Amino acid sequence: MSDLLASDLITPDAGENPLLSQPSVSILKAAPLTRLSLRLRNQSVKDAGDAFGAALPVTPLGSSVSDKRAALWMGPDEWTLLAPEEELSAVFDAIEAKLSGQPHSLVDVSDRSEAIIVSGEKAEWLLRTGIFIDFSLDAFPVGTVTRTIFHKAPVLVWRTGDDTFVIEAWVSFMDYVSGLLMQSAQELEAA
Amino acid sequence: MLLVYCPYCQVERPETEFSCRGQAHIARPADPDTVSDEDWVEYLYLRDNTKGVYAERWRHIHGCGRFFNAVRHTVSDDFLAFYKAGEPMPDLDTLAKEAGK
Amino acid sequence: MSQPFRTEKGGRIDRGDQLTFMFDGEQMQGHKGDTLASALLANGVHLVGRSFKYHRPRGIVTAGSEEPNALVGIYRKGDQTPNLRATQVELYQGLEAISQNRFPSLSFDVGAVNDLLSPLFPAGFYYKTFMWPKSFWDRVYEPIIRAAAGLGRPPKNPDHDSYGNIYEHCDVLIAGSGPAGLAAALAAAETGAKVILCDEQAQFGGSLLSEANATIDGKAAGDWVSGTIAKLSAMDNVTLLNRTTAFGYFAHNYIALAERVTEHMSDPDPKLPRERLWQVRAKEVVIASGAIERPMVFPENDRPGILLADAGRTYLNRYGVKVGHKVVVATACDSAWQAAFDLNDHGVEVAAICDMRETPPESLVSIAKARGIRVEAGCVVTGTLGRKRIKAALIGRLMTSGQVASGGQIDCDALLMSGGWTPTVSLYSQSRGKVVWDQDKGAYVPGVSVQKERSVGGAKGLYGLQATLEDGYAAGEQAAKAATGKSAAVTRAVASGGEAGSGGTLGAIPHDRNPARVKAFVDYQNDVTAKDVKLAVREGMQSIEHIKRYTTTGMATDQGRLSNMNALQIASGALERPVTQVGLTTFRLPYTPTSFGLFAGVSRGDFFDPVRKTPSHEWAVENGGVFEDVGQWKRTWYFPKSGEDMHAAVARECKMVRETVGLFDASTLGKIEVVGPDAAEFLERMYTNPWKKLAPGRCRYGLLLNDAGFIVDDGVMGRLAEDRFHITTTTGGAPNVFATMEDYLQTEWPDLDVWITSTTEQYAVAAVQGPKAREVIAPFIEGIDLSAEKLPHMSVRECTFAGVPCRLFRISFTGELGFEINVPKRHGKMMWETLAKEIEKHNGVPYGTETMHVLRAEKGFIIVGQDTDGTVTPHDAGMSWAIGKKKHDFVGKRGLERPDLVAEGRKQLVGLLTKDPKVKLEEGAQITSRGAPKTGTPAEGHVTSSYYSPALDRNIALAIVKNGQALEGKTLYVPMPDGSIEVEVTSPVFYDKEGARLNV
Repeated sequence: MSDLLASDLITPDAGENPLLSQPSVSILKAAPLTRLSLRLRNQSVKDAGDAFGAALPVTPLGSSVSDKRAALWMGPDEWTLLAPEEELSAVFDAIEAKLSGQPHSLVDVSDRSEAIIVSGEKAEWLLRTGIFIDFSLDAFPVGTVTRTIFHKAPVLVWRTGDDTFVIEAWVSFMDYVSGLLMQSAQELEAA
Repeated sequence: MLLVYCPYCQVERPETEFSCRGQAHIARPADPDTVSDEDWVEYLYLRDNTKGVYAERWRHIHGCGRFFNAVRHTVSDDFLAFYKAGEPMPDLDTLAKEAGK
Repeated sequence: MSQPFRTEKGGRIDRGDQLTFMFDGEQMQGHKGDTLASALLANGVHLVGRSFKYHRPRGIVTAGSEEPNALVGIYRKGDQTPNLRATQVELYQGLEAISQNRFPSLSFDVGAVNDLLSPLFPAGFYYKTFMWPKSFWDRVYEPIIRAAAGLGRPPKNPDHDSYGNIYEHCDVLIAGSGPAGLAAALAAAETGAKVILCDEQAQFGGSLLSEANATIDGKAAGDWVSGTIAKLSAMDNVTLLNRTTAFGYFAHNYIALAERVTEHMSDPDPKLPRERLWQVRAKEVVIASGAIERPMVFPENDRPGILLADAGRTYLNRYGVKVGHKVVVATACDSAWQAAFDLNDHGVEVAAICDMRETPPESLVSIAKARGIRVEAGCVVTGTLGRKRIKAALIGRLMTSGQVASGGQIDCDALLMSGGWTPTVSLYSQSRGKVVWDQDKGAYVPGVSVQKERSVGGAKGLYGLQATLEDGYAAGEQAAKAATGKSAAVTRAVASGGEAGSGGTLGAIPHDRNPARVKAFVDYQNDVTAKDVKLAVREGMQSIEHIKRYTTTGMATDQGRLSNMNALQIASGALERPVTQVGLTTFRLPYTPTSFGLFAGVSRGDFFDPVRKTPSHEWAVENGGVFEDVGQWKRTWYFPKSGEDMHAAVARECKMVRETVGLFDASTLGKIEVVGPDAAEFLERMYTNPWKKLAPGRCRYGLLLNDAGFIVDDGVMGRLAEDRFHITTTTGGAPNVFATMEDYLQTEWPDLDVWITSTTEQYAVAAVQGPKAREVIAPFIEGIDLSAEKLPHMSVRECTFAGVPCRLFRISFTGELGFEINVPKRHGKMMWETLAKEIEKHNGVPYGTETMHVLRAEKGFIIVGQDTDGTVTPHDAGMSWAIGKKKHDFVGKRGLERPDLVAEGRKQLVGLLTKDPKVKLEEGAQITSRGAPKTGTPAEGHVTSSYYSPALDRNIALAIVKNGQALEGKTLYVPMPDGSIEVEVTSPVFYDKEGARLNV
């Protein structure tokens, strides 16, 4: 997968100033998205991917991206589906129609989380100020997505490029997450 | 902080992503009505407190959310096995011998 | 140059960069590259503190982090950091330091009288002396002890520094950068493994920095270090961390490092953290922490001017500082001889070398003689003279009888001692490894590795430069291989010089002095003498762990690195048991003192914990709302108008909700979407109530038990479709309910086709409650009929609110006509502001959590966790109606049938009315059947909720009372400090018992 495809879907919120803008790392608030939580049995994986427009990855921590669609592996029977904000109903209905009669759960969680885009050569370092994960490219290649803990808040981390990460947190945790990232980045400005 | 392997995510992650839920392989009786008071109390409250090799439940609560089981040596904190929920308990004595404990 | 003890040349200081600093108000000079200790010594200052108990004058003893005496306070930014070791404090321009534990000044200290009274302060003094009378402890003993004792003073202001944190993974972590550590780093790095090399000192190199003679690959040791560091720092796979102490070794190769980022700078950029915590997960660890020299335990071994021999050598070779002009060297091993020779090379007079050994190596003796140095073999130091600085050493000759014969005194201004070397096994010990006694080395060394680590060089008692280098290379190679499977050929450096010596002693040095009159210190910092250790044994302490605690030996900031072995030997002698049977105390973390700020990290102030805000937060702030913390949530408690106190505001809010309408932010309620063909079956199994017949569009109150039969949560379940429920949980219970449901789903009923998704944060929820509620929402709701007939109490509909998608519940937690409107969170602010404006038209009010509590209490609705405590069943709570009688099973059903849960005499939920309506009960107050119960009478129950009820204009309470349901109408008592309060037991429903107000 390429950085470009993800950035087609996850775009900086045009109405917002960057949360952080340094030569080595920046933090941008992402524009609203359609987010769906999809749960189903193995036999429905293919149909769901067809209906959604991006295959559901079955590799742990994997993601798949196609035109304005991303499917993120959250667990062995759980995916987060991302699509443009305005396509909520269309995507929801398409999947429901295709999976009719197949046991599944599709829930709109578009507003549950907010996303920020952390990018730059120090992005990986900045995440490691609060996340105990090995983000080296060998261990956490581009396309890897996982839920984890940032200091005391649950977050989702999705690497969309060598130096670009999408961080999602439940809305009420985002002030904490972005605030701590901004604070920890301060020392990069030190002389 | 222990390092725990999630058999679903297939990665090792720090203990803070997990929650430990006590002894593994304690099934809720299928037909509670037929269970005696003593057996129900046993099911509810009584757990082994093993010094040594012990199978326990973990949940990757801040990861994939899945429950799985792990065999841990309660003295050394070494993990000897991780396996998915629903899989049979490995032979603990064999694991202990392999690990030289 | 005003530094009388600075050498002419040499050392690794920058002589061109002169720095001015202050010590106890006196201005002095030093150089860049100095520590505070080396700069003080260059100025001839040895006296740097007073001892903890006896207030004896104390000087610098070591050149490392194990320093017991030279603890100083450093002033920065208007506050001071206490208890820093001067040997670790790097000098910078303008540094301001003060000595500690002296009053009024260092050279004249009134506490020194303790020294004269020392027979009164034996081991276990505190335990023995302050036992009686007990009441004296708080008021008399403790304040006096606290005033007289203590080291530095804690800072008074909040810490103005920031502290960083970084999580890191590596293949090989190497702690220590002496020869073994550097060789290990070279070998591991060459394989391409990801390597971290850390060292607590400012400069890498460890003992090599103090080396004046030995060479490696033909280069001076210091130059080889520089070259090696340059090579390593050019490698992408290597992280070099100087000023970084590996202070904790935890399970699964999790190592904590403390990096001191700015403390060596005179004017650091405020954006930099003072320290950074590195939390490292290493595949393999190489412990290269080296060894430290042991003091010799002879009488008066604590005078300023007495240092470890290797420290004397370090000050000379690394810092260009002579510890004195006339030095006596007391030793039991070879290595101290080199210190004497190095000092002699710089023109210091070595008055004598006193070696305990009858026949020290001839090679050393001949060098000494060639230099004209007096050698006293078979001699010990039996005491010292001087007060604030050593003036002379008393010499004694060891006789074959074991006695010591006086050998006169030798004048000196410094004494260097060496009792031999102790491997630093702290990190190994922290890794849960067990040390083993090595008879040849006379030391405890690391035994079997418990974790993936290996000790190298001095840390395992291996000495000699060449051997140490080779050990380091081998360990680095093995560690990298174990971590990555890769290996690489490394050219190994060859050393010349720095051969391993031999010798060493443990325990108290024999002497000819009156044992009752002299003190030979084992643990300088805690003022523990050889006598104290013996006394502890005489008084019955058998275990070394008990001796440690009784005497406090080994409990100093160095964790006993200097003192443990000597204390152990003394205890072993007193116990008449070999050292191996006495055992060694476990080295605990931290390896060196570590600041609280480092542990707190970013968790302070606004970021102490996540602060979760609701969609109405900003509006509430602007409108004067007062907040309360509910877990991590900030919820509006009440909305006072100007001049109103809480009581008045809540009374008004309650009144208006019942008379007109109120608006409440219920967004924090837990929400779970239960979806799948088996959704109803799942709820049927989880909750007490029946669900299968609940029609889409309807809601039902649900009670969640645990399998023991006790109430754990409650909420309202709305059925949106055959296969889709929107259920709510309590605010605090949301994560646990979700986890419990996942547990049953995944591990007990994996066959059910149903999944749960948390939607707590998907929706903003506004509760509109009161007779005018329908009128308030009507203008904004589209797509459904709001009439009582079409939308009865306990209904749910999907519709729109002001044009945005909405899930509308007709439910009530107040007893009034009520709606809860759920909209996607991004619209929450809009919804709140729209409704806040609309309620004004109906004379309505926004209300907070307190009013919510009062209104629900008037209706007898329980709050799980407040009116229940984990031992309350639905029957106890008067909620038997919520149990589906015909259900075959649900979580808690079998539990409810247990004998204890169906027995008579259980505590049950009741209402209480005080006889005097103005009296408000205290929540948590105990309830008794008599007005003046005898002490020890068990309580009948306790008050769980208590409020002033505006609707009833009196105080009301809920309580859990034994057999409560049968006591209605009876009088009970709530004993309080100023008398018992009479109460009448009532139904817990105080208001609108028939529920007429709901169905409108």
